[in-house]
Amino acid sequence: MGETITFWVLAVVSVAAALGLVFSRKAVYSALMLGLVMLSLAVLYAVQDAPFLAAVQIIVYTGAVMMLFLFVLMLVGVDSSDSLVETIRGQRFWAALAGLGFAALLVLGVGNAVFGTAPGVGQAAQAKGGNIPALAEMIFTRHVFAFEVTSALLITAALGAMVLAHRERTRPKATQRDLARARFAGPQPSPLPGPGTYALHNAIDMPALLPDGSVSAKSINRVLARHELEEGYTPTDPEKAELIRQALAKGEQEERDKGVEPEQPLQVKDAIIKEDGE
Amino acid sequence: MTTHYLVLSALLFSIGALGVLLRRNAIVVFMCVELMLNACNLAFVTFAGQHGSLDGQLIAFFVMVVAAAEVVIGLAIIVMIFRTRRSASVDDANLLKY
Repeated sequence: MGETITFWVLAVVSVAAALGLVFSRKAVYSALMLGLVMLSLAVLYAVQDAPFLAAVQIIVYTGAVMMLFLFVLMLVGVDSSDSLVETIRGQRFWAALAGLGFAALLVLGVGNAVFGTAPGVGQAAQAKGGNIPALAEMIFTRHVFAFEVTSALLITAALGAMVLAHRERTRPKATQRDLARARFAGPQPSPLPGPGTYALHNAIDMPALLPDGSVSAKSINRVLARHELEEGYTPTDPEKAELIRQALAKGEQEERDKGVEPEQPLQVKDAIIKEDGE
Repeated sequence: MTTHYLVLSALLFSIGALGVLLRRNAIVVFMCVELMLNACNLAFVTFAGQHGSLDGQLIAFFVMVVAAAEVVIGLAIIVMIFRTRRSASVDDANLLKY
């Protein structure tokens, strides 16, 4: 009776969480849903007389694997959400159809099979003095070769991950001496003017004013300013928005004077990347 | 009860397969593969109970070991692709296509 109740509660939870994993837009939600599925499966293992597997499931899956997933998600960028454009025509429809057909096939096939009452593993485990001693005896006698090969697999995986994630340094690391030399040989040995100096406002996006009243292009981050102008995040005060616009224009003019092509606006850049990709 | 567990396992496996077909973020696709592996493990454990022997649980244990190794390598590959292509979408890794 207890097993039946546990099963129905956890079955509903795990199927709902699995659907959430597939259909949630944000990858972090997907990861948390997967963690929920794994935890419910661990409880189902425990109910089915597999305490060792339940512990391993929690330690390996919800502990190590999920942490690794979240780690990589944070590394790659949490907001790397799916694009909604279908690259293959009708892919979503056919994929859904294939998934539903597959589910129906599996469930009908399994549902039609007739099983006798399950004896459970309790007796087999009891004969060896418990679940874990029984599993240990099987691992270290009959399956000892597979177990040893597993260690080779794990070492190869660890080595492979290190090789894949390693980045070769193509130039020697800059020492403090190199940095100091580059700075004093460059055009501006002093620190750049801070944003908002002598201005009405000391926010990070407000350009500093020079003694003659014009804006200093060096005092603000050009990427930030362009982002604000393009996405419409400029201050509501038109005077302040004008200052940001002036600083951006002045910076680009200075770059053009030096013979450097100023960076393209973001939309243009995206279009170029798209053309390259096609 | 065996049938119930197997149906649950089949459902989870098909949801995972559906996710692999539908999603295009490489990390989410990978999570769906993990879901499919977990569903298989549930079937193994269930059959161990049905047959009254521990072999199914042993196989499930080995599946977990292989899955852990697979996750490590797969995520390393995803990070590497992200470094060169600046994207985790499976659509952007298409340089071998033509």
